[in-house]
Amino acid sequence: MRYTRTSKMLSVAAIAALSLSACGGGSPESSTDTDTGTTDAVIVVDGSEPQNPLIPTSTNEVGGGAILDLIFAGLVSYDAEGKPQNEMAESIETEDAQTYTITLKEGKTFTNGDPVTASSFVDAWNYGAAAKNAQLSSYFFESIEGYDEASAEGSTVETLSGLTVVDDQTFTVKLSQPESDWPLRLGYSAFFPLPASALEDPAAFGENPIGNGPYKFASEGAWQHNQQIELVPNEEYEGPQAAQNAGVTFKIYQNDTTAYQDLISDNLDVLKTIPTSDIKNFKNDLGERSIESPYAGNQTIAIPYYLPNWEGEAGKLRRQALSMAINRDEITEVIFNNGRTPAKDFTAPVLDGYSEDLPGSENLEYNPDEAKKLWADAEKIEPYDESEPLTIGYNADKGDHKTWVEAVVNNIKNNLGIEISGKPYATFKEARTEATEETLTGALRAGWQADYPSLYNFLGPIYATGAGSNDARYSNPEFDQQLTDGLAASSVEEGNEAMNKAQEQLLEDLPAIPLWYQVAQGGWSNNVDNVEFGWNGVPLYYAITGK
Amino acid sequence: MVWYIVRRFLQLIPVFLGATLLVYFLVFSLPGDATAAICGERGCTPAVVAGLREQYNLDQPFWIQYLLYLKGVLTFDLGTNFSGRPIATIIAEVFPTTAKLAIMALVIEAVFGIVFGLIAGLRKGRIFDSSVLVLSLIVIAVPIFVLGFLMQFLIGVKLQWTNPTVSGDATFTELLLPAVVLGLVSFAYVLRLTRTSIIENVNADYVRTATAKGLSHRRVVVVHVLRNSLIPVVTFLGADLGALMGGAIVTEGIFNVNGVGNTLYRAVLNGDGPMVVSIVTFLILIFCLANLLVDLLYAWLDPRIRYA
Repeated sequence: MRYTRTSKMLSVAAIAALSLSACGGGSPESSTDTDTGTTDAVIVVDGSEPQNPLIPTSTNEVGGGAILDLIFAGLVSYDAEGKPQNEMAESIETEDAQTYTITLKEGKTFTNGDPVTASSFVDAWNYGAAAKNAQLSSYFFESIEGYDEASAEGSTVETLSGLTVVDDQTFTVKLSQPESDWPLRLGYSAFFPLPASALEDPAAFGENPIGNGPYKFASEGAWQHNQQIELVPNEEYEGPQAAQNAGVTFKIYQNDTTAYQDLISDNLDVLKTIPTSDIKNFKNDLGERSIESPYAGNQTIAIPYYLPNWEGEAGKLRRQALSMAINRDEITEVIFNNGRTPAKDFTAPVLDGYSEDLPGSENLEYNPDEAKKLWADAEKIEPYDESEPLTIGYNADKGDHKTWVEAVVNNIKNNLGIEISGKPYATFKEARTEATEETLTGALRAGWQADYPSLYNFLGPIYATGAGSNDARYSNPEFDQQLTDGLAASSVEEGNEAMNKAQEQLLEDLPAIPLWYQVAQGGWSNNVDNVEFGWNGVPLYYAITGK
Repeated sequence: MVWYIVRRFLQLIPVFLGATLLVYFLVFSLPGDATAAICGERGCTPAVVAGLREQYNLDQPFWIQYLLYLKGVLTFDLGTNFSGRPIATIIAEVFPTTAKLAIMALVIEAVFGIVFGLIAGLRKGRIFDSSVLVLSLIVIAVPIFVLGFLMQFLIGVKLQWTNPTVSGDATFTELLLPAVVLGLVSFAYVLRLTRTSIIENVNADYVRTATAKGLSHRRVVVVHVLRNSLIPVVTFLGADLGALMGGAIVTEGIFNVNGVGNTLYRAVLNGDGPMVVSIVTFLILIFCLANLLVDLLYAWLDPRIRYA
């Protein structure tokens, strides 16, 4: 049952008192079992407007991602720690890490009654990869054989040659090279199945998607644009993410500050990001109802190799000097109130295979004396061209980056005595355009949030030669080789070892300077219980109960 | 009179063309590639970027883009924004909320501003006058986002008289608080304008004549003094309506109102040309109509003004 929110204007106090007594389900009085909470509450959580139609392969941002993760179930899903668990898959088998045989569970259906079959996956993936459909997440299929033909500009190829349907419950996937961590990716939204109706009219489907996950749209038109999206449990769903509440309503906010006001007045049940302005007092305001939970994301500063001062051996020494001149402990404590943890590598601590003492990680420790020495060494090789002082770029439209960028700038200025400044970009797209067109005139901050829980996801897409998000234009054949070896390893453990070996190279070269790991800082209202955040910093919405 | 109105409507055509061209050009000149906003931190493959450019005509030169947009407008098709939604639908969704908010704010500032200004003007130099003047000065000096956050925190969070944010339904009671915040600053201006105007007119010859004719004080004040003092106030309110419709970005942000201001703000950040131009053009038309209304009101307020 849905509890109504009542406005309590003083002038209509009498009416307010009446309607207050009328709000039923989910109120604290009705709860008898305090340990598990009630399952009849509708949870109101903060969300942001999905930027694209709700089609798994055309969604590349968190607003739409959060919805898709609830209304769809892929072959696997991730538990709170990021361990994959089978959803639609009965088994995913391989002998050589290159050809995978995927068997589906029997009797799974979409909410329109269509069965979930091998074609539901294969057709959806083909649709996502083909260039003619211009799907934003198409590159997720790059490992599958035939991707290059289907994704080339102007290509009319509509299918990936590596995908073969064996029967209704089975299909095989052939990759273009062995990749042992490939099954880890299958919980990401781009790999979700689609019912046949989705491909007939994608635009209409994106407005009212039909999935196979723990939740479904409350009704046709449940997506009230820029206002809210109402989800109710999918009764047919059986699996590890079964709903513990009577629905999740995403209320769309334009900014976190506003959402926080709603949270502390119990008009919002869960807020996943505490606004910067309230970081200092949210623990006081919320007490037991606040959480700090590390997740798979980090913040770095990428310094392009095409900048004159930052190439070659001298560039390498300078990067190391910059890195050692930054006092990460102090900044994370003072500015973020310990809402970040100083980085020790290029990935994130919640991941399987993470190690905090890789050889070379001392380059990420604060050491102003060594920094000065390294800088002086670089000067001997090639003097620093003062006419092009370094800037650290950040976008000023989303997220509060100015404060920490200024702190980093001051650290470097004080310790190395060089000219350096922060450079705000009015919009995110302006910064991204310069990064893609290789016209950056300085360093650029970059935040990375994992799509799937794997070390490779933090390395390949950002530092491999020619990779899509390689802002620094880093290119090191040895590193590339180590990545390829890591992917080809026969087990995930061996793969992780190779990835960390590759990281040692990065720690020496520092194409980007890792700063800190992200920590989700969130809170919840007096109406709900059992709030836990997952490996990716998103609350486990299905597990939240009423009080 | 009818001719006058027809002529004013005809004048809207060059205004429309000039405004759309100018705004389209400004959005076009914004730094950064619009597809970069769509693709996000991870970027897209070149094939996808090419596909997006084709879909939104971004691969065309400026003039072609503009003419294509104009062609759409003339055939009543505003096209889609970068999320693939029809722009006309979006405007139809957000406009009523903003209109409601703007009109509520306008009524609040007009009623309170004129009444307080009238009393202050008639009792010039007395305690009410001085305190109202000081108060209005404070309201003008404090930035609107300070007022907004302060009132949201006090009334919405601490006292809980109303929800701190506006829901999708945007009911009257929910909009009251943002409307008060929005109206406050203009209220101070209306008050000061009315007061000055009243003080000027109270000593005018026709007022002395009216009093000498033996008219009641009430009739002198309401019909003669106030009516003649309202012309500058009405001019201000007309212009303010336009500003309230489009310029409520800060207030709409604070109270999470899904209105024109917020939509416009997001569209600018995304470099969503057609969306920005459509909204701004729409606002310009409203502004022109509000001005026309003001001009017509002049004649009613001051019968000496005639239209030909």
